[in-house]
Amino acid sequence: MTKKISAYDRVLAARSAKKISIKKLVAGICDDFIELHGDRAYGDDPAVYAGIGLIGKQPVTIVSIQKGQDQKQNMARHFGSAEPDGYRKALRLMKQANKFNRPIIALINTPGAYPGVDAEYHGQGYMIAQSLIQGIKLKVPYISIIVGEGGSGGALALAVGDSVWAFENSVYSILSPEGYATILWKDSSRVKEAAAAMKLTPKDLLSMHVIDKIVPEVHDQKSMTQFKDALSHKIDELKQMSVEERLKKRYQRYRNFN
Amino acid sequence: MNKNESSKTTDLEARMSQIPDHIWVKCPICKKTFYRRELGPYRECPYCHFGFRIGAKKRIQMICDEFTSVDDDLKAPKRFDDPKYVQKLAKVRKVTGLNEGVLTGIGEIDGQKCGIGVMDWRFIMGSLGTATGERITRLFEKSTEKHLPVVLFTASGGARMQEGISSLMQMAKVSQAVNDHAQHGLLYISVLTDPTTGGVTASFASQGDILLSEPHTLIGFAGRRVIERTIQQIPPKNFQRAETLLKNGFLDKIVNRSEMKSVLAKLLAWN
Ligand SMILES: [Zn+2]
Repeated sequence: MTKKISAYDRVLAARSAKKISIKKLVAGICDDFIELHGDRAYGDDPAVYAGIGLIGKQPVTIVSIQKGQDQKQNMARHFGSAEPDGYRKALRLMKQANKFNRPIIALINTPGAYPGVDAEYHGQGYMIAQSLIQGIKLKVPYISIIVGEGGSGGALALAVGDSVWAFENSVYSILSPEGYATILWKDSSRVKEAAAAMKLTPKDLLSMHVIDKIVPEVHDQKSMTQFKDALSHKIDELKQMSVEERLKKRYQRYRNFN
Repeated sequence: MNKNESSKTTDLEARMSQIPDHIWVKCPICKKTFYRRELGPYRECPYCHFGFRIGAKKRIQMICDEFTSVDDDLKAPKRFDDPKYVQKLAKVRKVTGLNEGVLTGIGEIDGQKCGIGVMDWRFIMGSLGTATGERITRLFEKSTEKHLPVVLFTASGGARMQEGISSLMQMAKVSQAVNDHAQHGLLYISVLTDPTTGGVTASFASQGDILLSEPHTLIGFAGRRVIERTIQQIPPKNFQRAETLLKNGFLDKIVNRSEMKSVLAKLLAWN
C-alpha cells in the first residue's frame, strides 16, 4: 500500500517529468502504429500526436495531447498545450475513425489549451467547441484517459466519449491550483490548500462520476500489459452494444451533471 | 420562495433609474464622453456603437414582444456550500433579480416563436455554473421538443470556479443538447455579447448555425493576462474584439444593438 499522499502531491506527480511519455504509451498499447499528420487547414501541431494503430487485430484511432521530453520538444509543443490546428487535426482523425468504424482512444496530458495570440486568431475557443459538439456524437466507441494533467477545456475537448479513465497520478480540473489560489484568494502561495479544495484527484473525480475508472500508473512491462488489456476489454464491451444503446448511455453520462 | 424577489424591480435597476440623465459617461472603447441620456434606449455609444453592458431582463425587453420564462427557481445545487460562495450567490441574486446567471424561456420576436436565453454578466461574471448549464440544456431540450429555433445571448467570464469540475462538465452537457437540437434540423442563433470568454466561448457560444455579435464585443478563449504571462508580450489592443473575429472568419455578422431585433426576425423567418 502507498502512504497517504496529499492532493498537491498528486498534482506534482501528474506533472512529473518521469511520467511515461505519450509516445511510449502508444507504442506499448499498439502492436503497430502509423502516425498521421496535419489539420488540412493550417498546420500540424506537434502537441497533438495521432494516428492509426493495431491492438491485437483491432484497428484503433489514437489521438493525444503530449508534453515534450526535453526543452526543445517542450518549446515546440508548448509544454503540452495544443493550438487550434491541433484540435482540428484530432477532430479530423476522430471523424475519420467514425467513417471507418474504428474505436477511438484519446490520451491526455495537457495543462490546458495554449493561451497565445495566434491561437486566439485561429479560433481556439471555436475549435474546442467543435471538438465537443462533434466528438460527443461520434458513433464509434470513444475512450479517454487522463494520463497526467487534464487541464480544463483543453482536456475536455478530447474527453467526451463513452468512458473516461484517469491514471493514478493524474489530475483533472477547471484550472491549475495556482490559478485557483490567485483568482479566488488573491494568494498564490495557498496552492496546496487550493489543490485540496478543488477535488481534482482521481479518487475525487471517481466519486463525482467525472471519471469511470482509475488506472494504475504505467511504468514497466507488466503495468503496460495490464493497461493494454483493460483497453482491449473496454473496447470489446463497447462494441457489443448497439450504436443507439451506446449513444444513449453516453448522453446520460453527461446529462447527469446537474 | 424567491418569486417576490424576481418580480419586483431589482436594487440595481432602481438605483440606475435614479441616476440623472445629465451626468457624463465615458465610452470604454472610443473614450469619448457624452451625456448619459445620449446612450438612448439601446444603451449604445453614440459615436462607436459599443453596446454598454445590460442585464438579462433589459435584453429581453429590447428583443422580445412576448416572453415566458422557465426554470426561474432552478438554483446552484446545495452541495456547493462554501459560506463565502453562498453569500456571494445571495448578493448577486438580489442585484440581478435572477436565481442563476441565465434567463431562459419561450418568446416571440416579431411574430417568430423561439426559445430564448440571455446570460447576465452581473451574476458572478456570467460564469457557467451547474444551474446555468442546466437551464441552457433544458432550453435546448424544450425547444427541440416544441420544434422551435433557439436564440441565445452569451455573456460570460468562463467557468464558475466555485463549482469546480462540475462547471467544466456543463460544457459537455450543453453541447450534446445543442447537438440534439441541431440533429432535428432546428436553427440556433448565438449572439456573443460583451464579454464572452473562456468555457462559454469554447462551447455553446461557438456552436450556433449563425454567430452574431455587437460592435467592439470582447470575445476570446484565454484571458488577456494569461496570454501576456505566457508569451511575455503585450497582445495587440483589439485582438479579442468582434471586429477581429469577423475579419478572421469566426463571426457571421456584427449588428448594432438597435438593429438586433430586426436582423434576428429576418434570420428566424428565412429558416
Ligand atoms: Zn464609443
